Amino acid sequence: MATRPTEVAPRRRSAPKPAAPVVEFKDVTKVYDGGAVGLDRASMRIGRGEFVFLVGATGCGKSTCIRLLMKELEPSKGELKIAGRNLAEIPRSKVPYLRRNIGVVFQDYKLLPNRTVYENVAYSLQVIGESRQEIRRKVPDILRLVGLSTKLHNYPDELSGGEQQRVSIARAFVNHPPLLLADEPTGNLDPETSIGIMQLIYRINRTGTTVVVATHDHSMVDKMRRRVVELQEGRIIRDQVSGLYRPDESTSEFAIRLRGEMGIGAEGHPN
Amino acid sequence: MLRPAFFLKEALRALSRNAAPSLAATVTVLLTALVLGIFIPIVQATTGTANEVRNRVLVDVYIQNSATDDEVEELRQELAATTDVKTVQFISKEEALEKEKQRNPEAFELLGRNPLPDSFRIYPEDPDSVGAIVDSLAPLNAQGKREPQLAAIDEVRNREDETDKILKATGLVKALTAGLAALLVLASIALVANTIRLSIFSRRREVEVMKLVGATNWFIRWPFVIEGLIVGAMGGLLAILLLTIAKETFVDPLSDRFALLAAPDTIDFPLLIVLLLLSCMAVSALGSGLTLRRFLRI
Repeated sequence: MATRPTEVAPRRRSAPKPAAPVVEFKDVTKVYDGGAVGLDRASMRIGRGEFVFLVGATGCGKSTCIRLLMKELEPSKGELKIAGRNLAEIPRSKVPYLRRNIGVVFQDYKLLPNRTVYENVAYSLQVIGESRQEIRRKVPDILRLVGLSTKLHNYPDELSGGEQQRVSIARAFVNHPPLLLADEPTGNLDPETSIGIMQLIYRINRTGTTVVVATHDHSMVDKMRRRVVELQEGRIIRDQVSGLYRPDESTSEFAIRLRGEMGIGAEGHPN
Repeated sequence: MLRPAFFLKEALRALSRNAAPSLAATVTVLLTALVLGIFIPIVQATTGTANEVRNRVLVDVYIQNSATDDEVEELRQELAATTDVKTVQFISKEEALEKEKQRNPEAFELLGRNPLPDSFRIYPEDPDSVGAIVDSLAPLNAQGKREPQLAAIDEVRNREDETDKILKATGLVKALTAGLAALLVLASIALVANTIRLSIFSRRREVEVMKLVGATNWFIRWPFVIEGLIVGAMGGLLAILLLTIAKETFVDPLSDRFALLAAPDTIDFPLLIVLLLLSCMAVSALGSGLTLRRFLRI
């Protein structure tokens, strides 16, 4: 699968080749009502099981991408497909069914404040009409997976930021959606906690879930060595497959590559 | 999972977790229902009384003592055919005397004979057209005196200044009460709707999150609507309770003593409370459902 060459993405390399792209942006432009440009002719394909970082400074269009994928926003121009389905063709009333197949994690966690950890996670199962037994089985399971089995009956405001983010990840993943979107998942967290959260997201990716993480967490991207799509003022200026096919490299190989690519990594991150 | 049970549980959870806004909404419903419950009968009684007073507007046509039965019958047909006349009632001199005696027995005791003429009493279709009836039966002549058109008529009278006053005063009262009632209903709806809007506004983030995890609009809406129903029912029931107590302790003893109070037709109490309860629940539930629409557009 070759990505479409465009003038704005000179350094683009071809992505790995899973069968059908889970996400496909075709010249997507998003201009907000006020005239601000969220995305400018962005094209990319994300294959099944990929782990993609969307990076760039604040206001570069990362969140716009996520919100377009959630169909919270409509593209002004261009075509946006998820699993081959054009999002423009999904009527408003069917949007909830689209969202049930997409897990989302936000910077501000977006937990329901009046519900316990257990109830927060259970809600996304209740939404899809899951039976009570299934909820009783699945929720403790997923909360054990994220390491919160002791805080089942705490309310969100009784948890630390990292713990709240774990709840939100549990909620996003309890349905086992094929696509997980994360908008600055570590934006409010200290570096150590961030690593834990990233590990969790990585584990989810290992189960075959396609993961898109919007972040400006430079060190995290460098550590993870995944595909990186860099945005600047709404344009994709870099789309780089980084370390995706080298999970078993030795430490020295890693160090060499690290040194080689440090420059590239820093280039897009002035801060 | 049984959906209605789940929605009910969600509504109850929201009520208990957001006790303050729920209480505010309930109190608002309670107060407006109370005010409406008091004012609806008052407005009705006022309008009823005004209408009753207006029905006293009538025209008396006194018949010449010399008129024959044929002439009287002819006159009756003429009067009945006049525009705006609803009914024509013949009052013989004997009947007139009976009535006057009842009103003022002593004065008529002294009279040896009956000074009253036969007359027709005309009830107009519409109290406001009484002037036109008088004009057509006895137009003003050049000297400014009324001159009957028909020979059998002695005099046409409508107690002019009284009629004018009655019509003006009752017209004003009716317009005022109608305006007051309309204002009251509008204010009640606005007040309840606003309180509900505030309570939902404080939870709009929650609604947003629900949308983002893939809840359908009705999945989010039902608990809110049920919550609105419960709030409306609670406020309404409390108001009805207070109204019942007030009725039993104040109005009933009063109306027993003064027949006047019970006289005008007012709405039946059971009907009133059922209407109040239903409208409380409807406004509250509809308010919840409709206000939510804005926040569901994500």
